[in-house]
Amino acid sequence: MTERQPDEILLGFARALRAAGVPVTHDRAQGFVEAAAVLGVDDRRATYLAGRATLCAGPDDLERYDQVFHAYFEARDGLPRPRPAQPTAPFAGLPLEESSGAGGTPDDEVLRARASETEVLRQRDVSSLSAAEKHRLAGLFVTLRPRPPVRRTARHQAWHRGDVDASRTLRASLRRMGEPADIAWRRRGVRPRRVVLLVDVSGSMSGYADALLRLAHRFTQVGREGGGVVETFTVGTRLTHLTRAMRLRDPERALVAAGETVPDWSGGTRLGETLRFFLDRWGQRGMARGAVVVVFSDGWERGDPALLGEQMARLRRIAHRVVWVNPHRGKTGYEPVQQGVVAALPHCDDFLAGHSLATFAELAEVVSRA
Amino acid sequence: MELASPADVAARLGATGYLSDDALATVTYLALRMQRPLLLEGEPGTGKTALAEAIAESLGLPLVRLQCYEGIDATQALYDWDFPRQILHLRALEAAGAGADAEEAEKSLYDARFLLARPVLRALQESPAVLLVDEVDRADDEFEAFLLEVLSTYQVSIPELGTVRAAIPPFVVLTSNRTRELHDALKRRCLYHWIDHPGLDREVAILRSRAPEVSETLRRQVVGLVQQLRARDDLQKPPGVAETLDWARALHHLGTAEIDLASASATLGALVKYREDADRVRHALDQMLRA
Repeated sequence: MTERQPDEILLGFARALRAAGVPVTHDRAQGFVEAAAVLGVDDRRATYLAGRATLCAGPDDLERYDQVFHAYFEARDGLPRPRPAQPTAPFAGLPLEESSGAGGTPDDEVLRARASETEVLRQRDVSSLSAAEKHRLAGLFVTLRPRPPVRRTARHQAWHRGDVDASRTLRASLRRMGEPADIAWRRRGVRPRRVVLLVDVSGSMSGYADALLRLAHRFTQVGREGGGVVETFTVGTRLTHLTRAMRLRDPERALVAAGETVPDWSGGTRLGETLRFFLDRWGQRGMARGAVVVVFSDGWERGDPALLGEQMARLRRIAHRVVWVNPHRGKTGYEPVQQGVVAALPHCDDFLAGHSLATFAELAEVVSRA
Repeated sequence: MELASPADVAARLGATGYLSDDALATVTYLALRMQRPLLLEGEPGTGKTALAEAIAESLGLPLVRLQCYEGIDATQALYDWDFPRQILHLRALEAAGAGADAEEAEKSLYDARFLLARPVLRALQESPAVLLVDEVDRADDEFEAFLLEVLSTYQVSIPELGTVRAAIPPFVVLTSNRTRELHDALKRRCLYHWIDHPGLDREVAILRSRAPEVSETLRRQVVGLVQQLRARDDLQKPPGVAETLDWARALHHLGTAEIDLASASATLGALVKYREDADRVRHALDQMLRA
């Protein structure tokens, strides 16, 4: 081709891969150049394999890698391929003012005392809020403290009563040159249980997606402080692993990252199928084992409800506790008649409302006691 | 190590009965040349652990295996002191009435012979060795951080004894079933490879080398059926190569020359391990065998 240096071309490829969403760091790129040099840069297949080994970190990356590699080294024609349309996320940046809604409702609220304003907001359905109210509510999410649930571990810890700790007793006597001394005691330790959040982002749930992801972010951040693990996925027409985005400390940045990751905002719902994919790919191997799994969905299932029921049964056999959160549950006159809900309910341990901050607080309580 | 090319690696592995494709051979070659740990992920039963064993065998190196589990910590991975023997030693010193020099007595307690070397330390001591860290995804985050430290320096310091350093860094293979995402820092240290289920011809070849007693017709039939089952996406746990091997051997032991529905149903337990799957597979086999 041109007189470019091989390293330059390889690093350019690494940059293209990063632009495509594969987290390529500088040292990875260096490793790639090194590996390609070992195998010889004039061999395309070898370069391909070198990059696969050094730049990718999971099966999700492999797919993107193949596409970018093809586009970069083989299809030199009409670059680049069209990007997926910018998600029309319900929260694509938080609008500060809205033309009509923002000024409307405050009239009523001026009459109330300022302190109770927060209390009212806590009870309101999040999908009915104006942009300004949403902005205020976003600030209130920090008041949620979802403590992670705990489980007993196989390992023991020192305690002042319980069972005899033979090895610590022996060690203490060793320190006294073999004279027997006080008896040490131990008990089973506790560790945070894993929490898995499955958030439905289909069209019928679009009014709640923003709030639910903020909730997931809160779960993730508070869980991390306590050493717990919270995994987040979105379900809809496909399954998306969102944990990485949710680990960003700043909620706004986390939501923007989530918006860039999830390809199927406000699409249809094939809960049964995505749930099966989750169980096959992640859940059964251990992510859902002994975990508290929370499904946020209204149960409007386009696919086969029998499949959903089957998969929920499977999930329940693996998980420690299955919680179904339905935003419509809290509304007056709600009956769980949607096919999806009917199929799923027999396999849930809890069925909760989830339309306002107050109900989110209740959910946090249920999860931490699970 | 005198390996010249990925093809050389493939040939060596093939000689031990492990059949690799060019991607796997290349990654292994790179890991050996660049002295980087190799991180293998993939479905259970695709031969991740077997690769480490084959590498050790083909290079003539000892294989040291560290099986990870929840709650594993440094005392199980690195070293521990043998307390009961230390106490016995103290008692023996007392009985012998050897000079009452307390400091000497204490020093003799922390001797290399009271050290229990666990896998990681053993791999460093035995120096050119293959260290297999199996199912690293089962261990906790803290253990990963600890592993990262060992893998970047290939040395372990024992306060009472000093530092143990590997003369030649061991060849490290980590396997993961992806029950959780490993930390990025650990992944960055490693070369990554995703092992897929083998294609028809390679699986037949694997069967030929691993289960030579099974007849060629049975072998082809078994692999053909298993490949079709894997292509269906309604199984909770699609059969891996290990299951294919088990199934072929089970059929062979029953004296089956050609699979029919009766022999298949009788041996289904070797192939699928869930009741729901068994029902589906029986149904599917019925159709496939009739076709």
